[in-house]
Formats: sequence, C-alpha cells, structure tokens
Amino acid sequence: MTAVNPVLELRNVTKEFPGVRALDCVNIHVGRNEVVGLIGENGAGKSTLVKTLAGIHRIDEGELIFEGEPKSFRSPRDAFNHGLAMVFQEQSIIQTLTVAENIFLGREREFLRFGVIDKRAMNAAAKVELAKVHLDCDPAQKCARLDFAARQMVEIAKALSLDGRLDGDVVILLDEPTSVLERREIDLLFGIIRELKAKASIIFISHRLDEVLEVSDRVYVLRDGAVVHETTSSDASITGLHEHMVGRQLDHQYYRENKQRAAFGNPVLSVRDLSIDDEFSNLSFELAEGEILGLAGVVGSGREAFARCLGGLLPPSGGEVLIDGKPVRLNRPHQAVNSGFGFVPSERKSEGIVTGLSVAENMTLAAGERFSRLGFIRFEKERTECQSWIDRLQIRTPSSKTPMQSLSGGNQQKVVLSKWQIFGSKVAVLDHPTRGIDVGAKEDVYELIREMADQGVAIVLLGDTLEEVIGLSNRILVLRDGEVSASFDAPVGGKPDQLDLISKMV
Amino acid sequence: MASINLRALAPIGVFFLLCFVIAVFSPNFLSVSNAIRILNASAIPVVLVMGATFVILMGSIDLSVEGIVALCAVVTASLVLNDTTGANLGLWAVPFAVLAGGLIGAVNGATHVYLKVPSFMVTLGIGFVCLGIATAALGGFPVRISDRGFRALTLGRSLGLPNGIWVAAASVFVALIIQERTRLGRYVYAIGTDEITARQSGVPVERTRVLVFVLAGLFSGLAGAMAAAQLGQGHALIASGRLFTTITAVVVGGTALSGGVGSVLNSVVGVLIVVVLTNGMVLMGVPPFVQQGVQGFLIIVAVSLALDRRQLEVVK
Repeated sequence: MTAVNPVLELRNVTKEFPGVRALDCVNIHVGRNEVVGLIGENGAGKSTLVKTLAGIHRIDEGELIFEGEPKSFRSPRDAFNHGLAMVFQEQSIIQTLTVAENIFLGREREFLRFGVIDKRAMNAAAKVELAKVHLDCDPAQKCARLDFAARQMVEIAKALSLDGRLDGDVVILLDEPTSVLERREIDLLFGIIRELKAKASIIFISHRLDEVLEVSDRVYVLRDGAVVHETTSSDASITGLHEHMVGRQLDHQYYRENKQRAAFGNPVLSVRDLSIDDEFSNLSFELAEGEILGLAGVVGSGREAFARCLGGLLPPSGGEVLIDGKPVRLNRPHQAVNSGFGFVPSERKSEGIVTGLSVAENMTLAAGERFSRLGFIRFEKERTECQSWIDRLQIRTPSSKTPMQSLSGGNQQKVVLSKWQIFGSKVAVLDHPTRGIDVGAKEDVYELIREMADQGVAIVLLGDTLEEVIGLSNRILVLRDGEVSASFDAPVGGKPDQLDLISKMV
Repeated sequence: MASINLRALAPIGVFFLLCFVIAVFSPNFLSVSNAIRILNASAIPVVLVMGATFVILMGSIDLSVEGIVALCAVVTASLVLNDTTGANLGLWAVPFAVLAGGLIGAVNGATHVYLKVPSFMVTLGIGFVCLGIATAALGGFPVRISDRGFRALTLGRSLGLPNGIWVAAASVFVALIIQERTRLGRYVYAIGTDEITARQSGVPVERTRVLVFVLAGLFSGLAGAMAAAQLGQGHALIASGRLFTTITAVVVGGTALSGGVGSVLNSVVGVLIVVVLTNGMVLMGVPPFVQQGVQGFLIIVAVSLALDRRQLEVVK
C-alpha cells in the first residue's frame, strides 16, 4: 500500500524516554493530498509520534523523509517553516495578542514597511486566512476574547496560512482537534479538511474511531509505540480497528483479577449530589473500604474535574462529601488530605513529585507530622520506614536519599502511591496512575492498587484505558456530559464489555 | 552529575581565587589582623543572609532588609542608655529588637500570603514604611548610645575574636539546624522547588511562607541591634547599602533566585566573597565609586556562572 510519491515518511523511527520506549520502529507515510488517520489508546505513542514529526522530540533511530529528503527539524517553528504545521492539542495561541498577530507570529517580515508592521495589510491577510476556516471574526481583536473553539480555528488558520506562502508541500498535523469541539464545529472542521485536501496533506489524530473513519483516506493503528495495523478507511470497521487498538485478548492475570475482592468493609466515602458548575452535576455514590470504583468517560465528561475536586483542587459548588459519615470540606488541598483523601494526579512530573527532594522526603511529605517531634525531623524513623516501603514496593533506587528525578517514571509513581499509604489516606483518588510508564511498571502499580484495597483503602480510579478501568474495578460509573449515564458491576467473571461502556460514554 | 557538583563548589573556588589574586597584589591581605577584620565586617551581612536565604530558597524575595535593620537599630538605641529617651535596658534591648523585626516580618508574610501580593512588592513597600517610621520618629536626628556594656555586643572580644563574629556564628548554627533538621526547612525546599505538589501533599504552604518571613525579620532585627551597637547610634540611614550586599551574597553564594536550590552555608561563602572583594579593593587602593561598580558587575558574573542554562527554557 505504498503511495506513489509520499510527501512525508517515517522510516524505522524509534524514540525512547527514560524507562519507556515510546516509539518502536515506526514506519508511516503520507501521500500528497491524502488524509491519514492515526489512532491508538492513550499512551500508545500518538502524541510522541506527532511531536517527533513537528520537531519537538528528536528521533533516536530511523529517519524522517520530507519531500524526498531526510530532514531533522530543530523545533516546531523549523518544521513550520518547511511546510509541516502542527495544530497543538494544547493550544499555542498567545491570548494577549490579536488574531492576526497570532496567525503571522514570527513572520511579520512580510508586512514590514519602512521597518514597522503594516497592521492594515496584516489584518487583511489574516481575514483571508480566517475565511478558509469560515471563522467570521475581527482579526484585530485579542485572542483572549474568543471562545475555545474559535481559538482552535485560529490555530488551524495559522497552519493553513502556509499554503500559498511556500513553494513546496504543506502537511498539517491535527492532534485531537475535535476533543473540545461541538458536533456543529466538528462538521465544519471536517468540511474544511475535505477542502484542504486539494492543497495539502493532513494527519488527523483522534481516539474517536468514527471520526477518524469519517474523514481519513487511510488509517494507522498504534499500540505500545508500534504501528500494529494499516488499512484504507473504506475497508475498515470500528470493531475491527478497536480490536487492533486494544490488541491482546483481555488477560485476567494482567490486572491481578485473582486478587480482586468480592466483599468489602464498612462504607467509608459518601458523595451526595456533588456538583461543580460547568463540569459535572449531582454526582452521588457510596464507596466501601477495599472497594475500587472505576470512572469512565471521554475528555469533558467531568471525571477529571471530579477527581480534582476530591483532591481539594477544585472546590465543589454544590452537594456534599462525607468520610465515615462526617461531612468534609474540600476547598483546599490540605483539607482534602487531612480528611483522608490521597490524590495521585495525572501530571506526575508537575504535580505528583517534588523533583529536587529525595525519595524519602517525597514519601513523607504529607505525613510530616508523624516524622517529626516539635518540628524537628526524626531522621532514623524516616529512614527505616521509607526503606521498608522501598523494599516492599520494590522501588528501584540506590537509597532513600536518592533525588527523585533519577528514578524512572514507574518507580516515581510507586513513591507517589506510597506517600499516601504512609500518610494513611482512607480514600485514594488515582487519576491516570499508569500514564506514561512502561508495561512492567504498570503491572507493579496494579499489584500495589490491589494491595491498597486489601488494606481497606477505598479507591476511585480514572484509568488510562477502558481496559484498565474494567480490569481493576469492582464497580464502574460512566460519565457523560457531567452526569452519570450508567453504572456497571464488574465482578470477576462478570466484567462488562468495552463496547457497553463506550455506548454510554458518547 | 559531575558538572552539578562542580557548580555547587564554584562559589568556594571563586572565593579562593579571589583571595589568591588579592594576595598577589597586596601582601598585607594575608595577615591575621586582616582576616579578623574581614570576619568582623562579615558579621552583620552573615546574620542578614541567614534570613534572606530562606526567603530566596522559597522562591520569594525580601527587600525590606534595610527598613527593618534601621527601625530595629532605632528601637535598640532608644531602649539602651542614650541621649534621647530615658530607657536603660542594656543587653535586654536585643530581644526587643529581634521581636520587633519578627513582627515586621509577620506583616510582610501575612500581606504577601493572605492578600496574594508578590513578595517583591510587599517587602519593598514595608521596607520604605519602616524607613519612614524610623525617620519620622526621630525627626531625622540620630539616637546616640552611651551604654558601653551594650556596645560590647559587637565591639567587645571573647576568645580573641570580636563578639559580633560569635553572634554571626551562632546565627549560622541556628539557621543550619532549621535548614537541615526541621520540617520548616524541608518545607522551604519543597515549596521552592514545586509549590503545587507540596500543596497537594498537604504541606501548609501559607503558614510556612509566613513563618519564613518572620524568620527573616528576626534575623534582620538582630542585625539591627548589632548595627546599633557597632556604630553607637540608631538612625534611619544606618542600613543603607545592606540590601544590595545581602541579595548579592545570597546569589553569589549559589542560591537560585528561582527557589529550591542553595543553602545558608552557600550564603556564608557569598558574604565572604563580597566582603573580601571590598576589603581587597580597599587594600589595592581602588576608589570607592569604582568599588560599587565592581560589585554590581560581580553579581551578574556570579549569576551567569551559577545558572544551568540547559535546563532553562524561559528566563524572565
């Protein structure tokens, strides 16, 4: 299925991060005027692949061929100047600049007249680019005044502005562009993509299979950093693609289902009509000691906001949360911590660990009270207790004094989990606890989650994949648009099917 | 790893290099009496950097040093035997000065934390308020101290060394204990490195921040009492130039302005570098106005040496 003359090609590309092989000998190619879909679960390597193409990551092995020549882009700007424009999942619009200034940021030379920028010419040119995305707004207004979807369109307009300004080919990377758009805007975007095909090649990344099939000519499926399947959209089916995405048959041992508890202790957590404006509303459930509750839902379903709410990071606007029958306040993180919540954030590097501190210091960060007397740290107690956790969780570190940043992702995550066990949290809120860690370390984390449940910790789990949620949970709540759309029991042997969940998610 | 260790040792290297260069040009430099002179001149700056280091480790800044020192010097001078008030507390004036400093530090910290005003602005403002009070209270005149016993706090000698050096040494000891062995010290590093994670782990970030500003105020108050004892008076301008020396010493010592990296011991080395440089320039006969220029130049060189540029993506 090799295209006659691919515009862009990756040959045997491998990219490693400490402890993780993010891309493993990836081969893909994109033909001229072709829309190529790229799908895979979270952590399959989609984003790494895109960032490699856009010059954010360097390629460890293999090569990138653009317009028939090996290229190595130094930065997204370098890639952009060569004709490879990326529409970022996290927007790269600078909100304090105007729409026109954003579109032509770094390329103002075109509008220079006697050394100053001719704003009128720039705004007029921006108007032309905005028309391509059917966005009717004043190019002279600040981007901060646009809503999220409109900013996304500006971002796309910025990428499109390459067209006509370059001699060579234009390739546009759209990384999950639909996750924040309404259906109407998605239809508009797809219309634009079809128009664009005449002028450019497009790589479209999404985890929504129906969308990918709708808009792409050809689809690659990524799993664990490797391309596992390639097909034309006309030959593909959603179920077929899904099997390739998930890959293995559900392996019960993988999620330690033999250790799944069937009976639980006393009820510990009650959530009653909990709401946060614009995020989720009237969420209610009970959770018992040792029970694992999985939350499923797409981005924007409200489950991330709910997890952060239990961590004390997003104050609730209504309803109440009780631990052991007593109402708790969740306006600040330390209130949540002291009420018994241990929050493991999805952004491990920026929120989970303090990189400058040692392993032991990270472990006892929450439980400072217990490891000090009159404010003075009890080093011996700290050392022995941390060492025993290091042994128990098989954390690979030279010692408890090792700086946190020299551990691999999986081992860092074990330290984060042990922090709450050392503190004695009653409810662990795990927001993507296995994000960005390799398969082996994932299994260790699963083992640890089972162990926490055995010790009577109630667990709220936002899994990285549906498979993970189903495999680990005793019970699953599906959220859609901020409300519970379904609840599934998930006992061993009676686990719900992924498709059951998906149908309630979208 | 090796490059990081080298970087940590850089201030000490700079210190010895500086001593060597000065010694070559000015043989008088390497004498016991000059060494004592240097240590004595370092005493007050060392006490000041003890507080400033914690504030900077936390990623904040304290610009109220001169104001607190001046006001506390005035408080001290007014409480011992003097020509303006009728008080005669002797050395008991010192705890009052220290407490006054702590109180101003508490105002700094509370305003910064609870009104969410950047520490830069709060401490700049409070510093001027203190200078204003010190000036207004005395109508611009100094309070002259006539209590010889009190002035022994810095002028007297114990075990052959001026007492000011012993006070500074004790301050370093206390600061080191706080830094290495208490929860407060650990929280300072945690907040300076990654406040978000610290907060999420239940670290009382607000309380820690206020406490650190109180601590800085306490040290500044002590420095105020020492300045009063050294000069035999208290007035509003007694501390001019102290702020620049303090911040320079902390930064030259290798504590990062962005927080999380550094130590009170680094700052001691930083003070020695600044003081030796000044001392050396005096010995070499460099004109005073040039000295200031060299100090300004030094702080920029030191910061550019201490930075690990590879890890910096955004510099503001």
